[in-house]
Order: sequence, then structure tokens, then C-alpha cells
Amino acid sequence: MNETIRELLGRVGGLPVAVNEIADDADLYAAGLSSFASVQLMLGIEEAFDLEFPDSLLNRKSFASIQAIEQTLTQIVKTQAAA
Amino acid sequence: MSAAVLVADLKSADMTLAARAGRVAKVAAEFADAVDRDARFPQEAVAVMREERLLGIQVPASHGGEGASLSEIAEVCSILGQACSASAMVFAMHQIKVSSLVEHGTDSAWHSGFMHELAARQLLVASATTEGGIGGNMRNSICAIEIDGETCRLTKDATVISYGAHADAIMVTSRAHETAAPGDQVMTVFRKGQYTLQKTVDWDTLGMRGTCSDGFLFKGEAPAEQVFPKPFAEIAAQSMLATSHLLWSAVWFGIAADAVLRAQAFVRAAARKSNGATPPGAARLAEASNMLQMLKANIQSGLKLYEAAKRDADQLSSMAFSIAMNNVKLSSSETILTIINQAMIICGIMGYKNGTPYSLGRHLRDAHSAQLMISNDRILGNTSTMLLIQKPDTSLFG
Repeated sequence: MNETIRELLGRVGGLPVAVNEIADDADLYAAGLSSFASVQLMLGIEEAFDLEFPDSLLNRKSFASIQAIEQTLTQIVKTQAAA
Repeated sequence: MSAAVLVADLKSADMTLAARAGRVAKVAAEFADAVDRDARFPQEAVAVMREERLLGIQVPASHGGEGASLSEIAEVCSILGQACSASAMVFAMHQIKVSSLVEHGTDSAWHSGFMHELAARQLLVASATTEGGIGGNMRNSICAIEIDGETCRLTKDATVISYGAHADAIMVTSRAHETAAPGDQVMTVFRKGQYTLQKTVDWDTLGMRGTCSDGFLFKGEAPAEQVFPKPFAEIAAQSMLATSHLLWSAVWFGIAADAVLRAQAFVRAAARKSNGATPPGAARLAEASNMLQMLKANIQSGLKLYEAAKRDADQLSSMAFSIAMNNVKLSSSETILTIINQAMIICGIMGYKNGTPYSLGRHLRDAHSAQLMISNDRILGNTSTMLLIQKPDTSLFG
């Protein structure tokens, strides 16, 4: 999961630094992730993991760091498994 | 007049927010044409705002203010907007800055103290978020704040600082440090005396002339504790976006409402002269009142949404909420032009001419600023990006 997120972030994130220099808990917005790029990233993740983000998770916090994205995805997968 | 009579007068004065705003509006209306003609600061109206202690109403009671809700402040904006758009917009922009203090400054000793003083001394706060070279996107900065021990220094080519020369303090955005990305921003409060302003651009515009939104080269130095302790991205998302769109819309509603009032007065006067036969514009008045009601409903629903989301940072920074606020701004900024144009057609040459009781030129010119204060095209672009992910709101309630 972590690798796929990093690969997508490198492709659509438009960050001024290399993705491997970004720690899992680093603030992606502070690193230069624009709101447009964050939507590109969400679209990429939906496609790669074949899931859909529920509206309740479409906020800044869910995408604040690589770790936060992983937690968001884990939560969605759990909810879908339970459904 | 004896002192006793004066005291009795003061006691009997209506101290509701609406009455206090009404007294400001009376003075604002008196000077509205002069403020517009000379593109000068509405100092008379702002002086009465201070007398009526309206500049600090949003500050919580614990900090010496009145803890007014955003809906109450919006009501004041609309009352002032009916009298003088520039006075109303100065008041709205000030309150947008105060909302950043109230929502994001209570945990910081310095910002808490400043809030107390703002309420006590009725300080007027301006904003410097626009910068030469950023292409109008206030979420990017070129300038960076320099933190040197306990001091911070900032130089900014601020292409617009509304009423900058008349403010008691200015909140300035910048990159968080020398190597920060353009979007990694902080906001800092600089008090008068802690900065110099060198005018670079004159504010000579079609409308909203009294906001005196000149451009300045800003140079400030202050204690570093005056930097807001939260990233500007959070402040923008959680207080500025919503309060800007809602309070601006309230001002615009006021401008449109006054235009409809003038159109109605015109139709009534014509009907009275012709034994009740309505003039040709009467049907348009019905249309204008219909649009004004839609505008009102739109702003009220936005305010309700904001008051409900207010205590929930996740909801305030959600896409659904951003889209809703963007939509309030888009529709109010467009609808007012249609309404005022209808009013102008109703009043005919009497509306087109300056100096008649039905003049609408100032209203129409002021209203044209609405689509440009954060360009509607930029907002449409942002919303359409969010709609790649976020489902549109299809609920009637909730």
C-alpha cells in the first residue's frame, strides 16, 4: 500500500522534492501538495485500489501525510469488508 | 441639554445590533456618494462603527467582546450594504480578519491579548494576502517571513491592502520560512508602528472605490509570537473561506436590496400619479423581488451550514463544505447584477442618472466587483476539480 501511494504521489503530486525524501508522517501540504494535486492523488488511489472515498473522508486530514492516507484506506477497506 | 437628559437619552437608546447598525447606516448613506466620487475612506461611517462598538462584536465575551454569531454579523453587513457598499465591505473584511483571531488565536497568549485590546479600543484590522507574482492565488506566497530569535521580519509586495493606510493592524501571509514551499504559509499580525507602507499602486476603480484597496510595499518587524501558531492553510480552510463568502454575500445582498427598494419606490410613485395604473416596469419588480428572495435563502442556508459545522474542524475543511460555500459566493455575486440591472430598467433614465432618489449607477458599479473578488472563474475551476471526487449534494434538508 505504502509503495503504491508513494508511486502515485511521485507521479501526480507535483512536489518540489523526491518522494523518497518524504517521511511517512511528514505534512504533505507543507511539502507543497496543492489542492488540485491532492484530488489527482485521490483519483489515482481510487483507480489503483478499486474503491471510492466516502464523502465523510474527503477532508484535508485524510490526506495530510502518507501515513494518514494509509489509515484512511485501511478504514475504507474495513468498512467495505464489514458491509 | 442637561447631563440628566443625556443619560436618560443614552438609556433609552435601542442597543440591539440592528439598531446600532442602523445608526451607522444612516451616517454611511449620507456620505456614500462623496466616498464613491472621491474614492476616499468612509471615515465618518467607521467612526460611528467605533462609537457603536461594532468592530469588536465577534470577539468572545471572555475576551471583552460580545460573541456575536456570523449570522448576526452578516445582518449588520447587509444593513450597511444598503447604505454604502464601501463602508459595508470595510466592516465585512475587518470581521473576516477577526474571525481568524477568534477561531485560531485563543490558544495563543499574544493573540488573546490582542483580541482583548481590539474589543476595548475598537481596532480596525486589514489584510495583506495578495502579492505581486502569485497570479491572484492567495494560497501561494513568494515572500517568506524571517524568524530571528524572538523577532520576525517580513517584506511583501502587497498589490492590494484594502484600507491599509487606515488600519490599526494588518494580517500578512507569507511562506513559513526561507526554504518553505509556496503553499507552506503562515499569517502574522503586525500592529501599526511595527510596519511601514510605501504606496505602489493607486486604487482608482469602477466601483467599491471607498475601500481604498491600494497596493503597498509592506515592511514589518515584530515579536515572533505575533505569527499565528497554526498553518495559514488551516486558517484559510476553517475560517477565511466561509466567512469571506458569507459576509461578502451579505454585503452584496444589501446592495441589491437597496436597488429593489429604489425600484419599488419608483413604481409606487408612478402608480400614485396615474391613479393606480402600474407603469410598464411593474412586472420586473415582481421578478426582482423573487430573485432577492432566492438570494436571501441562499445566504441564509450557507450561514446555517456554517454555524452547524463551526465546531468541527473536519467538516469545515471537507470538500462538501467548500463546494457549498463556493456556490453561495458564485450565485450571490451573479444574482445581484441581474437584480440591480432589473431595477435599473424599472427606474429608466431616473435610475441611470446620478443624484436622483432612484439612482442606481453606484449600486451597479459596486456590484461588478463581486464576480472578481476571488475570480468566479477560479472558484468554478476549484469546484469542478473537487467534483471529480466529491458527490454533489442532492439532499433537500441536511
